[in-house]
Amino acid sequence: MEKIYRWQSTGLQAGEKLVGIESFIKDKRRKKDILVMGHVVCGYPSFEENFSALEIMEDAGVDLVELQFPFSEPSADGPLFVKANEMSIKSGTTVNMCFEFMSKVTKRFSFKVLMMGYYNTIFQLGEEAFLSRLKDSGGEGYIIPDLPVEEATKLHTLSRDLDLDPIILMTQTSSDDRLKKLGESSRGMVYAVARKGVTGSKTTMDESIDSLISRCRANTSVPLGVGFGISSKSDLDFLKGKADVAIIGTAALQAWETSHANGYKNFFESLQIS
Amino acid sequence: MDIFDFSDGREGYYGEYGGVFLPEILHETIEELLQCFRECKSDPGFWQEYESVLQSYSGRPTPITYLENLSRHLGGAQIYVKRDDLNHTGSHKVNNVVGQGLLCKRLGKKRVIAETGAGQHGFATATMAAKFGYDCRIYMGAVDVARQRPNVFWMENLGAEVISVEDGQKTLKDAVNECMRDWVTNMSDTHYILGTACGPHPFPEMVSWFQSIIGKEARKQLLELTGNLPDRVYACVGGGSNAMGIFQGFMEDPSVELIGCEAGGKGVGSYMHSARLAYDDAKVGVAQGYKTYFLQNDDGNMSETHSVAAGLDYIGINPIFSYLWEQGKVRFEAATDEEVKEALKLVMRTEGLIPALETTHGFVTAIKEAPTLGKNEIILINQSGRGDKDIFTIADALNDSKWKKFIDGKAQDYRLERN
Ligand SMILES: Cc1ncc(COP(=O)(O)O)c(C=O)c1O
Repeated sequence: MEKIYRWQSTGLQAGEKLVGIESFIKDKRRKKDILVMGHVVCGYPSFEENFSALEIMEDAGVDLVELQFPFSEPSADGPLFVKANEMSIKSGTTVNMCFEFMSKVTKRFSFKVLMMGYYNTIFQLGEEAFLSRLKDSGGEGYIIPDLPVEEATKLHTLSRDLDLDPIILMTQTSSDDRLKKLGESSRGMVYAVARKGVTGSKTTMDESIDSLISRCRANTSVPLGVGFGISSKSDLDFLKGKADVAIIGTAALQAWETSHANGYKNFFESLQIS
Repeated sequence: MDIFDFSDGREGYYGEYGGVFLPEILHETIEELLQCFRECKSDPGFWQEYESVLQSYSGRPTPITYLENLSRHLGGAQIYVKRDDLNHTGSHKVNNVVGQGLLCKRLGKKRVIAETGAGQHGFATATMAAKFGYDCRIYMGAVDVARQRPNVFWMENLGAEVISVEDGQKTLKDAVNECMRDWVTNMSDTHYILGTACGPHPFPEMVSWFQSIIGKEARKQLLELTGNLPDRVYACVGGGSNAMGIFQGFMEDPSVELIGCEAGGKGVGSYMHSARLAYDDAKVGVAQGYKTYFLQNDDGNMSETHSVAAGLDYIGINPIFSYLWEQGKVRFEAATDEEVKEALKLVMRTEGLIPALETTHGFVTAIKEAPTLGKNEIILINQSGRGDKDIFTIADALNDSKWKKFIDGKAQDYRLERN
């Protein structure tokens, strides 16, 4: 079992060794003020287009990517991702195809890959089978928005043995007691949800984000990603020095929807990541 | 056996079914709801107020009717019907809605949202919201909006905003997803009035508790009327709230057999149905906040469901039933669309009753089994709703030429009015 390391904003102490996402982020943060995590919905618009999107992200200096496995009831997602999930399933995307795609992606690119999806996908496969497929496909961890920590005990224990990271969400509505409990389960990185609601609409970067970040910080030592409504360089600038990772979802897909690969490229370039 | 005693198990679990599978952002909201519900459940004054509102507003207790003609016609068991169709708004849905409306006052919330399939739950919610002074928004799948226009008309005229949901299969499950999305955004002033005994804990327990009023009344009334308990109790099962309601009156009576009737749609092997337990097509999964049997594929994506009755057209079943079924405490059967149409005609002609298409699923199974029982045996059917709302669907099904002519005439009038 690895030791729990305390981390300060100054970065890793010399000689410290961490595994998984946590070490990756801390290492990179020595050279970068803020990392960026991108997102694609597997199979939407198509796996080929996913791949082009990922090439653009790699070139732009994106550090981590969530590969969302489509689910028929994406109740935590906003309209654009709902449509993406639905269209992907309609076009025949299966869980198996998503894992195969993940293998291809982790071999080809330098960014780290997380699985994002809903719990039923894991439940149907079986927790152990899911984790071993994830490991074999080169994934580093997973984000499951509809799996509260109370229901995740076994999955989290199994993950630890495989050095896979369960990314836990912390939110503005979480009480201090709840954040403490979430903090105790956190590994790899924590996903701070910047506002109420579903994915999609723009979030105003203001004191409420500062307060969310400091409440999260007080309850976990792992790196902090902030997501939901992050869409511009100024959002990234706002988060610099406060969070470790800016998580970008809908804004990028929006760019692809309106102007495809070119628009996507412009969008990521405008973020001036590296 | 108290299925709601969680002291030696996990809170909110019935065997391996139930639980809370919600986004983290709703954690405090669902805790607050659970807390408030526990307070209401342990406060006798709350139940008294609940009963008295239903009495003055909805005509409770609803009576039991003896179906003498149908019993004679079938030549077997004596058939009795619990008349929850006589409620205000025409179905049992109003019980749960009034209960949650009163609870919402204690929560101090000003706005309510609800999903609806047949429109009965939405209709009842809109009515209650008007009476109690809540802002009200109803989510309804576009397919259901198209087939249940009369209820949409009433909801809108009662002051509710009806949102037609265009995602997914555009039916009940998609309306539930939209409610979840609204709730994760507006939880601070909004209560989600889930319409059936599904979803995350405490909804299955809470909705069952409010609906238990049906079974409490029915047991007492039937004993007064016949001196006996029923041998079998039948109820249709969508999410399972009316069935939980009537069954709870007889859970402690080992001689009473409980039969849940699901939507067989186009039948076994058609994959065009909503029978989770009666057919072999569903398996255990997690969606819409809870664990139960769902109609889904190997990847865990939900299957398309079908029923002539919008209120039964749903992927999952209340987790309490998954458990009771496994324990052999409730038997599940399915009725097909065709059988439902035939049974509806028979019940209308012999008894002058017009059960809702949902409800008629319970009648189908009872009608099949009544002749196999003795004349001294008693059957009780829960008439969860009345069929007036289904006039368009039923007229279609019966291919009523005079109705079609009437609609055609109306359409022409409207066209002239526009020009
Ligand atoms: C009249 C009627 N009965 C039954 C149902 C099914 O719901 P449940 O199984 O929760 O009783 C509905 C749902 O809309 C309904 O309108």
